[in-house]
Amino acid sequence: MSDSTVLQSSALDSLLAPLYFALDLWSAAMSWLGGATGLGLLEYGFMHRAILVGLCIGVMAPLIGTFLVHRQLALIGDALAHTAFAGVAVGLFLNAVIDLGVTPYVTAVVVAVIAALCIELISEVTDAYNDVSMAIVLSTGFALGTTLISLNAGGLTVSVDQYLFGNLSTVTAQSAAILLVLFAIVVGVVGLTRNQLLYVTFDETAAEVSGISVRWYNRLTVMLTALVVVGAMQIMGVILVAAMLVVPVAGASQVSRSFDESILVSVVLAELAVLGGIGVSYYAGVTAGGVIVLVAVALYIATVLAGKIQTALGEETTPEVEAIVDEGEPTGD
Amino acid sequence: MTSNTTPAATGDSTRDPTVADSARDPATENAPHVALDGVEFGYTATPVVEDISLRIDPGEYVAVVGPNGSGKSTLLKLVLGLLRPDDGTARLFGEPAHRFDDGDRLGYVAQRASAAKAMPITVREVVKMGRYPHVGFGRLSGTDWAVVDRALETVGMAEFSDRRVTRLSGGQRQRAFIARALASEADLLVLDEPTVGVDAESVAAFYDLLGSLNDDGITVFLVEHDLGAVTEHADRVVCLNREVYFDGPADEFVESDALARAFGTAQSVTGGDV
Repeated sequence: MSDSTVLQSSALDSLLAPLYFALDLWSAAMSWLGGATGLGLLEYGFMHRAILVGLCIGVMAPLIGTFLVHRQLALIGDALAHTAFAGVAVGLFLNAVIDLGVTPYVTAVVVAVIAALCIELISEVTDAYNDVSMAIVLSTGFALGTTLISLNAGGLTVSVDQYLFGNLSTVTAQSAAILLVLFAIVVGVVGLTRNQLLYVTFDETAAEVSGISVRWYNRLTVMLTALVVVGAMQIMGVILVAAMLVVPVAGASQVSRSFDESILVSVVLAELAVLGGIGVSYYAGVTAGGVIVLVAVALYIATVLAGKIQTALGEETTPEVEAIVDEGEPTGD
Repeated sequence: MTSNTTPAATGDSTRDPTVADSARDPATENAPHVALDGVEFGYTATPVVEDISLRIDPGEYVAVVGPNGSGKSTLLKLVLGLLRPDDGTARLFGEPAHRFDDGDRLGYVAQRASAAKAMPITVREVVKMGRYPHVGFGRLSGTDWAVVDRALETVGMAEFSDRRVTRLSGGQRQRAFIARALASEADLLVLDEPTVGVDAESVAAFYDLLGSLNDDGITVFLVEHDLGAVTEHADRVVCLNREVYFDGPADEFVESDALARAFGTAQSVTGGDV
């Protein structure tokens, strides 16, 4: 069951071979956990992979989402998801026409990254991220996708559902391995450039003055977003993927004081949503993507309430404002 | 880059501010911190500022005043390299301003509105950003954190360091941003109307702080709407209304008629209500 895509690709698979080995180890660990806890959903290989993919999404989506939400760019994820759908359609189309033999996730990555750069360049030329250009890119992507799919209709409509709505049971070893690669890139790059990304997010002008190239970090942010969107698409689906970028982050900013704390809290919220959603969807027999988002929204509502309570309780411990030190000694050594 | 070799019009002109592209030359150590030469800029065909020549040497304390719409903020953006002049040259530390990226020499405090984001971030995390130009992709060292904490103490915000920035008053928030500029240990502080929305007591303390920083050798360049504060604290005043109307010592400015000419009305320094 897990190796249904092997007939497609060769070069990609040999590149991903070490990751397949890691996936086998993970699967063995999950089986052991299933045996120890008696959880029925851990009996299946596809669930092992789905859980791993879900855990990765729970880290990388809020990680990049934090930098988007606080710049009022929450909808960029949605726009990119729709262009990723166009990428999927391109992949399916090329496979059908010239027998390219590449999984549509790879073409989705390529198309989404190009679209991300387009959005960024449009915003640089027009000097603002505007919802009009975002809406144009979004609908262009979706229109292109549906057109390409209808071009070679027959046999394809079934597989399109999995990209639109996500599907736990279609997470192949190959797509899980691709996700691990995307995960490593996103976490690695954000880890390296967190200072710059934070500065640009918080205060663009001061960041520019301090010598950070705001333009390049904006481009980087949208490209990483494209990677996250494609990675999360396989279990969340095109339509719901943006929720993972936004909802846990919105929840975290209700209850967090510091930026570091908000990232941590948003990851925890996202992981709870993913695991809760997968569990509920398995036992209730419903689509995982939708349940994950519903759980995330429920958690968001809980954090709003918690935030209100926190404010009510933590009020009036205002420290005295000290005088500004007269002989300021800012130049240390 | 430029063929215009006229030295900046202000002050002494012993140094030629347009020494060939000598970005990494040790000579730029002593270059004027700011050198504008015949600068003209307009967002549309009509120039917002024109024929601005301005030179700020290390250790000066310079304030720019002018009526609303006089191009003060534009001038500041030109100095910082956020805008490029249509004509003339703008240099920072001897380098073309738009190309200057030596962020640890330059501290910037914006008007309060520009960073009023509702994101979760503490005062200490904001001040920490001042160290970013020093650490690049790395983490802050113990020394960096010591500088951050000292900057917080200098502006009297140590008690607030773990407070979310969105929960601060306007004056407290502005202190946090000043601490960020201090934490960058810059040679040149550029401030854009730093006391807008700040309570009177904090304003007085703030100018005392700027004065002592300047005594320590830091160059201060600010745009200010409060004429009384400017003439009382700054050493040198530049009065702007599209062109430079006055550039000289603050006490001469008080006696000159530059203000009336620039503002186009009778305007007294003490009753400055711009």
